[in-house]
Amino acid sequence: MTKEQVTDLKLKANEIRKETVKCIASIGVGHIGGSLSIADLLAVLYFDEMKTDPSNPLWKDRDWLVVSKGHSGPAVYSALAIKGFFDRELLYTLNKSNTSLPSHCDRRKTPGIDMTTGSLGQGASNAAGIALGNKMDGKDEVYTYFITGDGETQEGEIWEQALFAAHKKLGNLIGFLDYNKLQIDGETDTVNSLGDIVAKYIAFGWHTQRIDGHDVAAIHYAIESAKAVKDKPSMIILDTVKGKGIAELEGKASCHNANVSEDQKNQYLAELEAEAVLIREGN
Amino acid sequence: MMSYKVKKEIVAEEVAMRDAFCRKMIEMASQDKRIVLLDADLMGAMGTKPFAKALPEQTVDCGIQEANMVGVAAGLAVQGKIPFAHTFGVFCTRRALDQIFVSCAYAGLNVKIVGSDPGVTAALNGGTHMAFEDLGIMRAIPTATVIEPTDVTMLNDILPKIASHDGLVYLRLVRKGCDSIYEEGSSFEIGKANVLREGGDVAIVSMGYAVGQSLRAADVLASRGIEATVIDMFTLKPFDKQAVIDAAKRTGKIITVENHYINNGLGSAVAETLCENYPAPLVRLGSQEKFGEGGKAAYLAEKFGIDAQTIVKTVEKFVKD
Repeated sequence: MTKEQVTDLKLKANEIRKETVKCIASIGVGHIGGSLSIADLLAVLYFDEMKTDPSNPLWKDRDWLVVSKGHSGPAVYSALAIKGFFDRELLYTLNKSNTSLPSHCDRRKTPGIDMTTGSLGQGASNAAGIALGNKMDGKDEVYTYFITGDGETQEGEIWEQALFAAHKKLGNLIGFLDYNKLQIDGETDTVNSLGDIVAKYIAFGWHTQRIDGHDVAAIHYAIESAKAVKDKPSMIILDTVKGKGIAELEGKASCHNANVSEDQKNQYLAELEAEAVLIREGN
Repeated sequence: MMSYKVKKEIVAEEVAMRDAFCRKMIEMASQDKRIVLLDADLMGAMGTKPFAKALPEQTVDCGIQEANMVGVAAGLAVQGKIPFAHTFGVFCTRRALDQIFVSCAYAGLNVKIVGSDPGVTAALNGGTHMAFEDLGIMRAIPTATVIEPTDVTMLNDILPKIASHDGLVYLRLVRKGCDSIYEEGSSFEIGKANVLREGGDVAIVSMGYAVGQSLRAADVLASRGIEATVIDMFTLKPFDKQAVIDAAKRTGKIITVENHYINNGLGSAVAETLCENYPAPLVRLGSQEKFGEGGKAAYLAEKFGIDAQTIVKTVEKFVKD
C-alpha cells in the first residue's frame, strides 16, 4: 500500500466515525461503542477490498458483508452513505418513525445491507450459507465477509459454523472478530472468557491471524493473506478498543449503548476533527 | 386450481412418505439447480440418501447442528438458492426457532423447513421426539406458511407449489406410512381446505394423521344415523376461515381432531375463526397438556384421543348435547 492509500483509508475511517457520532446523536442514543471499534475495518472493506456497486446494491457478482454483530448498524450505515449507497441525510433518521435505518442491520430496509442480523451468532451461519452458495455456482472469487463480536463468540452457533465452514473448505469466507474485550455486563474475560481464541480458530481448521484492528494497512494485508488461502475459511482477529476515537468512551463497557447529547456530539466531532488534521499532516 | 377426488376406501399408502418426498425432490432439483436439500444428520432416517447420491452438489448435510443448518439455509436463500432444510419437527421448531424466526422469516427469505415425525408418528422415539407443539410454534411466525400434506398424492402435487412459493414454508411431514386418501391426479391449492365428505349434523375439521381417522369415524357415524362433514385443513396458515364458517353454518357443531396439542394449532385456529365470525359449539380433540411417550402410533393415537373410536364417541355425545 502506498502512504497515500493508507492516509486515505485512515481518513475514511475517521469520516465513518464522525458520521456514526452524528447518526447516533440524531436520535440521542445508540450502539456507539461497538460501532466505533469497527470503523477502520469498514473503511478497508468498502474503500479498498470489497467489490460493490452503490448504484446496484444487489449486483449478483458483488462481494458480500454480513454484520453478524448487527447492533453495529450505525457504523455500517455511515460507511454505506459515504460510499454512495444512499444520501447522507438518511443517516439522521436512525430509529425515527418509519426509518429505513434500524438499530440492527436489516436487508429489507437498507440498500447495501446484505443480511438481516441482530440475534447474535446467526450472521456467521448466514455468511457461510452465502459463501457456500457462491461456491456451488463456481464463484470462488466472490468473497463473503462477516463480522462477529467477542461477546457474540460465546454463542454456540458461532462454533457450529466454525466447524461447518472449515469442513466445507470455504476459502471464499473471511470472518473478523471485533475483539474489543468488553460486553454489556463487563469484561469478556470476566463474564465468560474466549480463552486462547487464536488457538481455538486454528484448532477448528481456520486460517487465523491476529492484528491491530485499528491499523488499516494491517487489515488490508491480512485480507490479502486470507484471500491467498483457498481451502480454508479465514478468521482475522482484530484487537480493538470499544468506543475507539472518543476519549470519553474508549474502553468502557457502558458505551455499548450510550446517550449522545448535542454537547457530546460537538465534543466528539471536535476530537475526531483534530484526529483528521493529524492524519492529513501524516501523523 | 384444486380438483381432488377422495378414494372410496381408505387404504395404507404403498410408498412411505419419506420415499415419495425423496423421489419428488430429486425430480424437482434435477430440473431446478437452485433447489438445495439440507439435513442435520437425518438423511438416513428421512430416506434422502438417494438424493445425496443423485445430486451431491445440491446436498448439504450439516451434521448434528440444527441452528447452523437453518442459518446456512437462510444464507443460501439470500444468495438465490431454494433451500429445503430437514430434521425432525421437534428439532427444527424448538431448537432452531430463533434462526427460523430471524434469519428466515424476519429477513424475508425463501426457506423451506421440513419437520418430520409429527406427533404420534414419532412412535418408538418417544416423548423427546414427539412434536405436539410445532404447528403452534410455526403458526405464531408472521408470513410463515404451514402445511401438512395428508398423503403421497398430495405431497407430490404440493411440493412443486411449495418450491415456487416465495417465502418461509413449514412442511410438516409424516416420515413412514400413512393413509392414502386422495385419488391419483388430484390437485390442491395452498390455503384452501378440502371438503372430503358432506353431512349436516356435525363438521369434523382435521389434518394430517387425523384425516383418515376422521373419515373412518364418519363412516361409523353414518351407520348410526349421524351425518358428518369432514374437512382436511392441510394448510394451517394461511387459514381457510371461510371453510370453517361455511361448515358451522351448515352443521352448527364443529369438532377438531389434530395430531398436536389442542392449543395453538388447528383447534385454536378454528376457535378463533368461530369466535370472531360465527360462534358455534366446538370440541377439540388432540393431546391435552401431556408430553408424548414411546409406543406404536395406533396405541398413541388412542392414548391421545385422536383415533376413529374416540372421534365417534365424542361426536355421538356432542350431537346429543
